[in-house]
Amino acid sequence: MSATATSAPKSNADDSSSGDITDAVIRFAGNSQDGIQTIGGFLAKLAGRSAREVMTYMTIPSTISGGASIFQVHLASGEVLSSGDEADFLFAFYQHSYDAHISSLRDGGILIYDSDHVTPDLEDKRVRQVGVPITSTTIEALGGSAKDRGKNILVLGLVTALFQLDRSKLVSLIEGQFKRKGEDVLRNAMVAFDAGYAYQIGDLHGESFNLKAGAAGDTDHVTTDGNTALALGLIAGGVRFGAAYPITPWTTIMEHLRSELPKHGGLFVQTEDELAAITMALGMSYAGHLSMTGSSGPGISLKMEALGYGTMAELPLIIVNVQRGGPSTGLPTSVEQSDLMQAIYGSHGDAPRVVLAPINVEDCFHVAVEACKLAKQCSAPVFILTDQALATRIEAFPEPDLEQIVIEPTLATETRDENFVPYPLDGETRHAPPGTKMAGGKYPVVTGLEHDAWGHPNGSPEMHQKMMDRRRNKIIKLADDYPVSEVFGDDSGDVLLVGWGSTWGPIREATIRAREKGLAYSSMSIRHLNPLPNDLGDIFAQFKHVIVIEMNDRGMYGYGQLATLLRAKYADPRIISITKTDGLTFKIKEILQRVETLIS
Amino acid sequence: MDSANTTAEPEKLTKKALTADHPTWCPGCGDFAVLASFYKTLEKLQIPQEKIVTIAGIGCSSRFPYFVNSHGLHFIHGRALPLASGVSLSRPDLHVFAFGGDGDGFSIGGNHLDHAARKNVNLTYVIMDNFVYGLTKKQTSPTSPLGFKTKTDPTGAIDQPVNPMKKLVYGGATFVARTHATQVKHMMAMFERAIKHEGFSVVEVLSECVIFFPGAFDQANPRKGGEFVTIEEKKWDGTPEDEDRHDVSDNSAAFALANEEWPGRFGVYYETDRPTKNKLEQRWIDDMQKKVGDASTADLLKQRFAAMK
Repeated sequence: MSATATSAPKSNADDSSSGDITDAVIRFAGNSQDGIQTIGGFLAKLAGRSAREVMTYMTIPSTISGGASIFQVHLASGEVLSSGDEADFLFAFYQHSYDAHISSLRDGGILIYDSDHVTPDLEDKRVRQVGVPITSTTIEALGGSAKDRGKNILVLGLVTALFQLDRSKLVSLIEGQFKRKGEDVLRNAMVAFDAGYAYQIGDLHGESFNLKAGAAGDTDHVTTDGNTALALGLIAGGVRFGAAYPITPWTTIMEHLRSELPKHGGLFVQTEDELAAITMALGMSYAGHLSMTGSSGPGISLKMEALGYGTMAELPLIIVNVQRGGPSTGLPTSVEQSDLMQAIYGSHGDAPRVVLAPINVEDCFHVAVEACKLAKQCSAPVFILTDQALATRIEAFPEPDLEQIVIEPTLATETRDENFVPYPLDGETRHAPPGTKMAGGKYPVVTGLEHDAWGHPNGSPEMHQKMMDRRRNKIIKLADDYPVSEVFGDDSGDVLLVGWGSTWGPIREATIRAREKGLAYSSMSIRHLNPLPNDLGDIFAQFKHVIVIEMNDRGMYGYGQLATLLRAKYADPRIISITKTDGLTFKIKEILQRVETLIS
Repeated sequence: MDSANTTAEPEKLTKKALTADHPTWCPGCGDFAVLASFYKTLEKLQIPQEKIVTIAGIGCSSRFPYFVNSHGLHFIHGRALPLASGVSLSRPDLHVFAFGGDGDGFSIGGNHLDHAARKNVNLTYVIMDNFVYGLTKKQTSPTSPLGFKTKTDPTGAIDQPVNPMKKLVYGGATFVARTHATQVKHMMAMFERAIKHEGFSVVEVLSECVIFFPGAFDQANPRKGGEFVTIEEKKWDGTPEDEDRHDVSDNSAAFALANEEWPGRFGVYYETDRPTKNKLEQRWIDDMQKKVGDASTADLLKQRFAAMK
């Protein structure tokens, strides 16, 4: 099946002359305590209400408070697939913001800097420089006691005027956000917003950039980040219990579930450590619930022993890994896809399990729902591999059809008859949770020792082989019911770009750019990583080059982790690899240049 | 599968019904008596068989679940308590028991013990303490006395042993008792009180490993020339002799008992009534459910999505 390659989002390449634009990448650079995330959050929500696509990107400093921080918003009336290679507009709050980010502004882009704090290089003719006394204007507008708190909202006012955004929608969003914090806070916010909105940016000579709304008119898209979407997907899929330990960037999922699950009669527990977390979740699964745990990098390593127990005892469990830069403490707030092999092969012994990876924020919801379905179907652990980029960035998408999707969990404690066999050699796992009466009078003991069909310890060579086959084959079978893999572009051609996870956007955008140049590029992102879909071989056969793009290291033998797996499965020398581990998402031109070098 | 539901009469729980595989322990192992006492206590209390859950980690004594005909789970080394906590917190209708030894409980699982105690999860934990690693054939355990010669301390143990009673009281366990595997009546009395206690109840049973640490607990065994001294608890009868009796709700008194010279006294060191995590979480769940009324999952998710528009 192939989707149509629509035209790429147009960057406003016609320099920064005023008028209608369809696409803008705006970077706000300041300190984390200035609330620049708030500006980005409002703009993202506005986009969701105005049929504009949006994707955000932010960096969170590793310090507890303060520290340099950026928030980048990519707004467009067409499809937004990446947070943008370069910024069209840069708002610099401090000298260090200017120094660190001026190179991210494209040629001819517009720098708007706080003239109270920043002295730009006046000789730099590469960009247009516009000074606005952001700090002093905020202090003037709000009066002394607030100092410069509120300059983020003042900048939001500036942006609203500059891009002719829908003022009334933004005002209602601001009201919605600040009303809860009290009348004074709301009043100050409105004063700051109006002061920014009314500010005449002298150097721009009244220019403005009308960022057009999409053709659909008003919409009510959801705007949220990947971690929130994933948490909601788990609830929709039937997860009511779980346990975890806090670690960046996983933590917001557990915060969300801790607050939300009680509404659904469930419970999420913060445990003393990662080992207790997965163990407690397994206890909840054993007790008859579909339960979950999650973590990032180091935390997942700690869970590995108990994860193997989940495979051995055949208990359903969802385990989320919000990947970050590793190894060890590594790059806690940067993106990487280096835990794929761990997700598939981690834990001692042969412990097969399912591994899924969402490709964008909306998909985080749907993959979570599917993970729940598969975990119950095969009664085994299911990994969801997301990453730091997906976890924190905001995107707009239509609300899922909840009535169709939502699964209400049940507790299956009906009496089991005399013929109860938990692990039949040729059938599905039948777990009898505690509380279940056993009509035959014999109660089951679930074990991590190798066992026979009744769960009784049995380490005979023959039984170990049979049970290994059983645990493997039930996972392999899941691939029979996968949806047909989707190829973006034509079904055959010169180059097939293959990715997984959050590289979906940049890979898709790179494909569009290449096709615009007349190149026969197609692309696909694999969402089911273990077991792999059955149709990949047929798809690969239609291309001269199959290039796997991933954010991990080329390893000992020159191939990234997915590329290694695909080469092992298909023994196809056309499968080659592009990898990197710089803690940043792929840029479009980076992909295109490296592909070109590789195949020329 | 439902057929048996209608025919099920409440059956009397017997020792016979609770008996499963014959234990694989060495002849003479103290754990046999622990198992027998557990059967008898359950028989006395008549807990519905399907509601009993026995959970253990790894070790000789952690084989326990195989020997009890109830729902059971044999887990990985040191993690029986968080597993049992997950069962208890998500299924308040069950009677959850965890079993294990000194290595499983005080060494590899030591941190979990502190936190299960602190959280006061409603379950009963029986620690069969033999002062030695038996399954792996005589290495030093966290309760091995100083000077005890093992394969990992050939010149005698040099690390200060854990004081189980102190660790448990300090950790926040709400029922802490100590008994001896040769004293069946006392052991049963401790089990019964532990099971009836609402909260995290722990019984340490000195249970001799006849192979790797024979005679370890003889000093508290009258049949071996020792003395089994029990704790006299306060009767609150206002008599002068009551002054000297132990107040189980006084944790300083519990520490004082725990500091007594080996072999010390047996009985309830500490018992207090503190809300369980089960209760506190359920209170929150009930409040939240009251707030959302009869909204369905889809309704609640729609509300969440609406807030993000």
